[in-house]
Amino acid sequence: MTTTTPPATVGTQATEKRPTRAARVGKRLNSRIATLAAIVIAVVWTIPTFGLFVSSFRPEEQIKTTGWWNFFTDPQFTLANYQDVLFGQSASSGQLANYFINSLVITVPSVLFPIAFASLAAYALAWMNFRGRDWVYISIFALQIVPLQMALVPLLSFFSRGVSLGGITLLPAWNLDGAQNFAQVWFAHTCFALPFAVFLLHNFMSQLPRDLMEAARVDGATHPKIFRTIVLPLVAPALAALGIFQFLWVWNDLLVALIFAGGSDVTAPLTVRLAELAGTRGNEWQRLTAGAFVSIVVPLIVFLSLQRYFVRGLLAGSVKG
Amino acid sequence: MNFDFAAQSPKFMMLLWGLVAFAVVIGGLLVLLDAVPAFFARRREAQLVAASASGAPLPARTKPREGLFALFFLLPTVLLLLIGLVVPAIRTTLLSFMDGSSQNWVGLDNYRWMFAEDAIERVLLNTLIWVVLVPLVATTMGLLYSVLVDKARLEVVAKSLIFMPMAISFVGASIIWRFVYAYRGEDQEQIGLLNQIVVSLGGEPRQWLLDSPLNTLLLIVIMVWIQAGFAMVVLSAAIKAIPADIVEAARLDGVSPWQMFWQITLPSIRPALIVVVVTISIATLKVFDIVRTTTNGNYDTSVIANEMYNQAFRYGQNGQGSALAVFLFVLVIPIVIFQIRNLRRQRREG
Repeated sequence: MTTTTPPATVGTQATEKRPTRAARVGKRLNSRIATLAAIVIAVVWTIPTFGLFVSSFRPEEQIKTTGWWNFFTDPQFTLANYQDVLFGQSASSGQLANYFINSLVITVPSVLFPIAFASLAAYALAWMNFRGRDWVYISIFALQIVPLQMALVPLLSFFSRGVSLGGITLLPAWNLDGAQNFAQVWFAHTCFALPFAVFLLHNFMSQLPRDLMEAARVDGATHPKIFRTIVLPLVAPALAALGIFQFLWVWNDLLVALIFAGGSDVTAPLTVRLAELAGTRGNEWQRLTAGAFVSIVVPLIVFLSLQRYFVRGLLAGSVKG
Repeated sequence: MNFDFAAQSPKFMMLLWGLVAFAVVIGGLLVLLDAVPAFFARRREAQLVAASASGAPLPARTKPREGLFALFFLLPTVLLLLIGLVVPAIRTTLLSFMDGSSQNWVGLDNYRWMFAEDAIERVLLNTLIWVVLVPLVATTMGLLYSVLVDKARLEVVAKSLIFMPMAISFVGASIIWRFVYAYRGEDQEQIGLLNQIVVSLGGEPRQWLLDSPLNTLLLIVIMVWIQAGFAMVVLSAAIKAIPADIVEAARLDGVSPWQMFWQITLPSIRPALIVVVVTISIATLKVFDIVRTTTNGNYDTSVIANEMYNQAFRYGQNGQGSALAVFLFVLVIPIVIFQIRNLRRQRREG
């Protein structure tokens, strides 16, 4: 009877060993499939941009007659597309240098104003005690859901006709022309950015240690002083994240610019001009490819160099709530 | 290179004015905030001095008026939100009950038009397809990818590649994808990647953006391409936040990667998953740029946001445009209420 024991143990050993080996093989196979899948997804995600990028350096007749993948067998390189799309003088050529400057002029104040106002408001909502504080915060948070589309028509008439109630003018029309129209765009972007900006900064500021604030209060520091000397430096990463956010949003925006900057070459940003080129000259690929890259390059640089902050901001805004 | 810098100077002047306004407004506000409490402090001191000199009882210490202060901190934001969002939203709601020129009340006519017109029904249907497919596919792709590259070599690079489209404008993205979908006649060489693939597999090139309903799906691909990176970043952070001991315990129990995903990973990142789906849904409902740049809403591809722009700003139908905007708002409300309730529950649990 005792002889049955050794084979049994051998048997269990074998059955114990086999699954582990199988598991190991399976794991290796799994990880290989996983790697392959990841590479396939990464390639699929990158190829469209890459194709456009390659095309933008190919001569016009080449872009229009052969696929961009032919570049690798028959490399022909030119900067003429960029030259044409940036500085060309004909009406069809894009004149993007001009629109590039418009984008820049639109973006800088549209980033600065909302961040400044929102950080003041977020501080008050996080660290000052007053009645109705929670209600104000919830209302501002809830305003995030108002689609831009709802604000466009009335805001446009606010700019062009002012506000009057029963025949009495409360606020005069802005009567802007030319470069002054930038002010309208700044105003609109600032308003639309505020709910999210307050929400994001409030999240950061309310997480600052309470002891720190109380110690400062005991030392006799006033709210403005605490705000400037303690809170602002501490939430600098959040300000950076918000700045990148707002920059990308304003630089990439089409709808607000289309309505408040108009289509004129004095104030319209790159996106408006590009959309126009895509619509009217949808097959002038030498201009569209180069033009798209002119509009992409600045946000891409900002994004790649400040990605870390951007991701932090994204996570603070979306996960922590 | 001939570029007229002189012609640009008014713009830079305007930018300068903008920056001056910024400095004056913010600087002024901060100075004011410093000066006002200093003024009250001085007055109180004077009162105390006067009281002690005349032997009268000291004035009762007033409670610090934080409310007054908070008002200054909040004033610019609240004012701008009222002018820029609250009042316009109310006015748009009113306009939606008026005719195209915003002169006469028409009751619910604009809403009736919205559900009666075939073209608009198509728009509503398209919007529904968008809002179902984009969050679903983008979140799935983002989740899949973040699981695949988690702890892999070159994880940071791999993530940047998928995340990159977030930095590209919708207009730029639309041009990138129009190039992929580009069409040449059968006898010509294809320049669009998609048609080239079809041709090399023995098929015939197609006018992708003209065929409904396929074209709507192809536009949705663009949105998915942009949003998957967002989903990936948030979900990847959530996966990394799963406590290591839970994962280790499961591994010791001999759980397969598949079971690990369904029983450990997925339940742990549920809150992040909800946030991602909700955020992408809202962004999708408002999508405008992609449709406008690729097809301009033609060939049955229009969505609510695009149609609203057409009605209000191209056809001068303010009433109908406003009704579409209000409808959009109504669609977003339940999603946001859902999110707020979720966040509150999370807070209570956390």
